[in-house]
Amino acid sequence: MTLAERVLDGDIRAAARLMRDIDDRMKSAVNELKALYPHTGNAYILGLTGPPGAGKSTLVDQIVAAYRKKDLLVGVVAIDPTSPFTGGAILGDRIRMNRHAEDSGVFIRSLATRGALGGMSRSTMDVVNVMDAMGMDVIVVETVGVGQDEVDIVSTAHTTAVVMVPGLGDDIQAIKAGILEIGDVFVVNKADRDGADRTARELTTMLEMQHPEPGAWLPHVVKTEGARGVGIEALVEEFEAHREYLKNSGHLQRLIEERNAKLFADTLRDELFDTVFGAIRESGRYQQILDGLRERSTDPYSAVEQVLAAHAFS
Amino acid sequence: MAERRLRVLVGKPGLDGHDRGAKIIARAFRDAGFEVIYTGLHQTPEQIVAASIQEDVDLIALSILSGAHNTLLPAVYSTLKEKGAEDIMLMAGGVIPEDDIPGLKAAGVAEIFTPGTSTEVIVDWVRSNVHPRA
Ligand SMILES: Nc1nc2c(ncn2[C@@H]2O[C@H](COP(=O)(O)OP(=O)(O)OP(=O)(O)O)[C@@H](O)[C@H]2O)c(=O)[nH]1
Ligand SMILES: [Mg+2]
Repeated sequence: MTLAERVLDGDIRAAARLMRDIDDRMKSAVNELKALYPHTGNAYILGLTGPPGAGKSTLVDQIVAAYRKKDLLVGVVAIDPTSPFTGGAILGDRIRMNRHAEDSGVFIRSLATRGALGGMSRSTMDVVNVMDAMGMDVIVVETVGVGQDEVDIVSTAHTTAVVMVPGLGDDIQAIKAGILEIGDVFVVNKADRDGADRTARELTTMLEMQHPEPGAWLPHVVKTEGARGVGIEALVEEFEAHREYLKNSGHLQRLIEERNAKLFADTLRDELFDTVFGAIRESGRYQQILDGLRERSTDPYSAVEQVLAAHAFS
Repeated sequence: MAERRLRVLVGKPGLDGHDRGAKIIARAFRDAGFEVIYTGLHQTPEQIVAASIQEDVDLIALSILSGAHNTLLPAVYSTLKEKGAEDIMLMAGGVIPEDDIPGLKAAGVAEIFTPGTSTEVIVDWVRSNVHPRA
């Protein structure tokens, strides 16, 4: 059996191995992803982003518990940074989620950024797709805690939650406008701390000042205490409200269209470059071009035009 | 372009609350270029094995100070076997008497490091004995 067949058969080790192959950019993974693709598109994808230490992993743990109570299968993709110096990484998000380790209805995978910017790894979307094909109903993606406007999660998740902590309200300028635009739900976690109400109020005011179009989704602010599990029900209700909104407003369809287009464009860009670059390097053409550039007998624009002219695209 | 990165789970089974050793090893592994899944304290053998399978690690490195090594380590190995995952290597470090080491190795633990072993020695051992599974 292929890995994809085993994944569809419920084989956990095969799923874990395929995620590894994807992360390690093994050529074989592409064929497996092709076979899984028809079985994807069913999961609800939830993204959590926010500054380091805001309590994202703690909240993921609570959100997993809440969805498990509803008897839904839950996948988690938790991303931490790769050290730019050694290529190694310490992936520590799981520490907060250990109580779900043995639950066969939960699958947690830690990923390192491996040089990617934007709070996620290059492999994240494909790993999410494997979980989707495994039959996970909800997939929670925790981004790296880099703080500001990690826009990448927005193009992966259906609902993006921005997790903040009390205190940032002291300096309203500290909140970049970008972060207000990426969140569908805003969380003020560590609500046991001073200033939570004020932060929540100020956030709400800022969101209202964004003047959404009539009928558009207005993000709400939810206060939580991840560590004690306070406010989780309201948070999950807010996720569900956003999900309903996406479905009923037709936004979901638009989101899916955009995502398909982006996935196609990204894949095309990668493949085109690899194929063309590999071919001209192999044939010696690349060296000729470099020589020509050195002598100024050609320029990068003409060189690319000539390479592309050798093929017909339609 | 395709390149396997070594993945290691570092955790601490048992009841004692000292994670200094585990953290030192986790950092040494990161600095050696490995991806470390750090699961922290108080792990049961079942949790360790379930996490190792989901994370597709090549090696489980456990730190044990509680004195319960003779039950915990064989329990991890037999749980791995039960799940058909005994191809994941198992290594341990901590206060483990010399006399117990042969028995633990016979019970499936690939290598054991006692206190005072430098992290270089441990990293070298991993480099020469653990290879990302094809
Ligand atoms: N006081 C308080 N502490 C909390 C709360 N929720 C989480 N914490 C603590 O905040 C710390 C960081 O929590 P994590 O869940 O690891 O935060 P994170 O955002 O995932 O961190 P990174 O992944 O490193 O960016 C931990 O010590 C938690 O116990 C809360 O509601 N109140
Ligand atoms: Mg985290």
